[in-house]
Amino acid sequence: MSSVTLTDIVKRFEAFTAVHKTSLEIPDGAFVTLLGPSGCGKTTTLRMVAGLLDPTEGEILIKGRRVNDVPIHKRNLGLVFQNYALFPHKTIVENVAFGLKYRGVPKEEAKKRVQDALELVQLPGVGERYPKQLSGGQQQRIALARAIVIEPDVLLLDEPLSALDANLREDMRVELKRIQERIGVTTIFVTHDQSEALALSDQIVVMSAGRVEQVGPPEEVYNTPASEFVANFLGASNILPATCVGRDGDSLAFDAEIFGRIAVPAKKAPQVTSDGPAKLVLRAEKLLLTERDAPADGTVTVDATVETVDYQGQAVRYFVRAGEHQLQAINMIDEHPFAEGAPVSIRLRPRDCAALSA
Amino acid sequence: MSVERREARQPWILLSPALTAVTLLLFVPLLFILVYSFWLRTATGADQVGFFFDNWQEALTDRFYRDILLNTLKIAAITTIVCALMGYPAAYFIARSRGNKAILLLLLMLPFWISYIIRTMSWINILGVSGALNSILLSLGIIHQPLQMLYNETTVILGLVHFLLPFMILNVFVSLEGIDVTLEDAAHSLGATRWQSFLEVTLPLSLPGLAAGGLLCFVLGAGTYITPLVLGGPRDAMFANLVFEAVITQLNWPLGSALSLMLLAVLGTLVLIYNRYLGMAQLMKGLG
Repeated sequence: MSSVTLTDIVKRFEAFTAVHKTSLEIPDGAFVTLLGPSGCGKTTTLRMVAGLLDPTEGEILIKGRRVNDVPIHKRNLGLVFQNYALFPHKTIVENVAFGLKYRGVPKEEAKKRVQDALELVQLPGVGERYPKQLSGGQQQRIALARAIVIEPDVLLLDEPLSALDANLREDMRVELKRIQERIGVTTIFVTHDQSEALALSDQIVVMSAGRVEQVGPPEEVYNTPASEFVANFLGASNILPATCVGRDGDSLAFDAEIFGRIAVPAKKAPQVTSDGPAKLVLRAEKLLLTERDAPADGTVTVDATVETVDYQGQAVRYFVRAGEHQLQAINMIDEHPFAEGAPVSIRLRPRDCAALSA
Repeated sequence: MSVERREARQPWILLSPALTAVTLLLFVPLLFILVYSFWLRTATGADQVGFFFDNWQEALTDRFYRDILLNTLKIAAITTIVCALMGYPAAYFIARSRGNKAILLLLLMLPFWISYIIRTMSWINILGVSGALNSILLSLGIIHQPLQMLYNETTVILGLVHFLLPFMILNVFVSLEGIDVTLEDAAHSLGATRWQSFLEVTLPLSLPGLAAGGLLCFVLGAGTYITPLVLGGPRDAMFANLVFEAVITQLNWPLGSALSLMLLAVLGTLVLIYNRYLGMAQLMKGLG
């Protein structure tokens, strides 16, 4: 059974359409991420589910109940905001117990549930403190505890990790996943950070300019992007014009200029249904740079020259020139990175390619 | 000179013009007033220099002064409460409105472009015997004799509210602006209604602004003499009117000095109490 269903929802602000006709099914217990750059409509969509915005058109169902006209305080949702939104004048216990108070939970039971929630977020000893006395990461854990203690039908997370430092963000990411799996609550997570989306989600909904570009599990969205936008937004990709020249069993043959003929697995080119122009998607980390004279081993090989080296510690991002194309390649470093101007070969396994319709 | 020493000196250099002005124009005159209050006004009209407690004895023991002081505090208190009740919703509206905040704040400041005395006197044109309200009521046939609406305690309070409301709105507005709007959303999402969210979150967090606005209204209201002079009747004198009377009409500067120091002491105590519990910082925020 699906927990949240959006049917043809549209959100307009006067002349501006923030969300174009969108439908979405979120299964019970799933962790679904709305991913996209700022202004793509992800937060607007979340706020419509939360009841902080009314959809201009369409229906929103939570657990089978139409909630368009249900005010936010009767929707039974857990909301976590980017800036924590803890009540500064209330202690941690009062913050976490807030939702229980308005649900008429008896004092003794509320006390126990608050303590359980604080233990779940691994902060059992801070109950009598005030939010200001906690660090950002701790405050966000408390905000999470406050949202889940009411046993919401859906947990809504609006960029909850964005305000944290890089290291802390990764710890919280693991923590968030652990807690969500433990309580099994249906979760909608909004972020612009692809690594958060890939690490946490059962399903990723990639959005751009108010439209859904692709819905799928992280691996599928990453390896078989449905559009140029998705290919570029999740990781770095090279998009090359190519021509589909025929099918051979489970693979499609493409003529890709400098790369010559490449046989791409058909399941990685679902949009290409006939011969003719198409686009080839080459993931930057799948382009392996080698010395020119290294032996080829069943890969596609193209000569190129390193133009720019973007050193990142354990990996390097190269910008290389191959014929008239500039391509990105992200490689782990073996001994030393290539220098700028170095002549190299690009190696590519055909099964790592994907293709889009032109 | 070391950087630290230069930095330590800098605030004093920047403050010195203001400190000089405050010292010369406020503390030195106050000292004069203190000295004056111990002099004595004689029947001949000349002040007798010395150290007499007569003025203080009269000011502190005469029931007349005590009653007027209490009445002044009562009027200031009513004015403050009315300002709070009227000002809070207005401040909330401005703080929560989108886009046109600057215009609304400008409209709020607009009355300050006109002299306070003229603003006070404008009520005579509205509520006077031949004022606008009476003319309208007469021409509509609702009344046949002009109503006597002016020169009572109510019109004094009306004038004070008119004068002080912007101070209240500004202070509450500033504190509301400082409250994260997502806090109300958070409370709302946890099951509180809009009104309950307001009572649980926004109101308590804006209390410092309300207190600062309240203090300003009270102190300014209790210290005024123009409003009761223009809009009050003979029995609506407030404490500052007594000072005015003593100094300007009777030319009894020693008594006027004692009375004004008395009012200063009462209001100063209130400010100190406020400072003890809420701190001056909030008040400064509202003024800035």
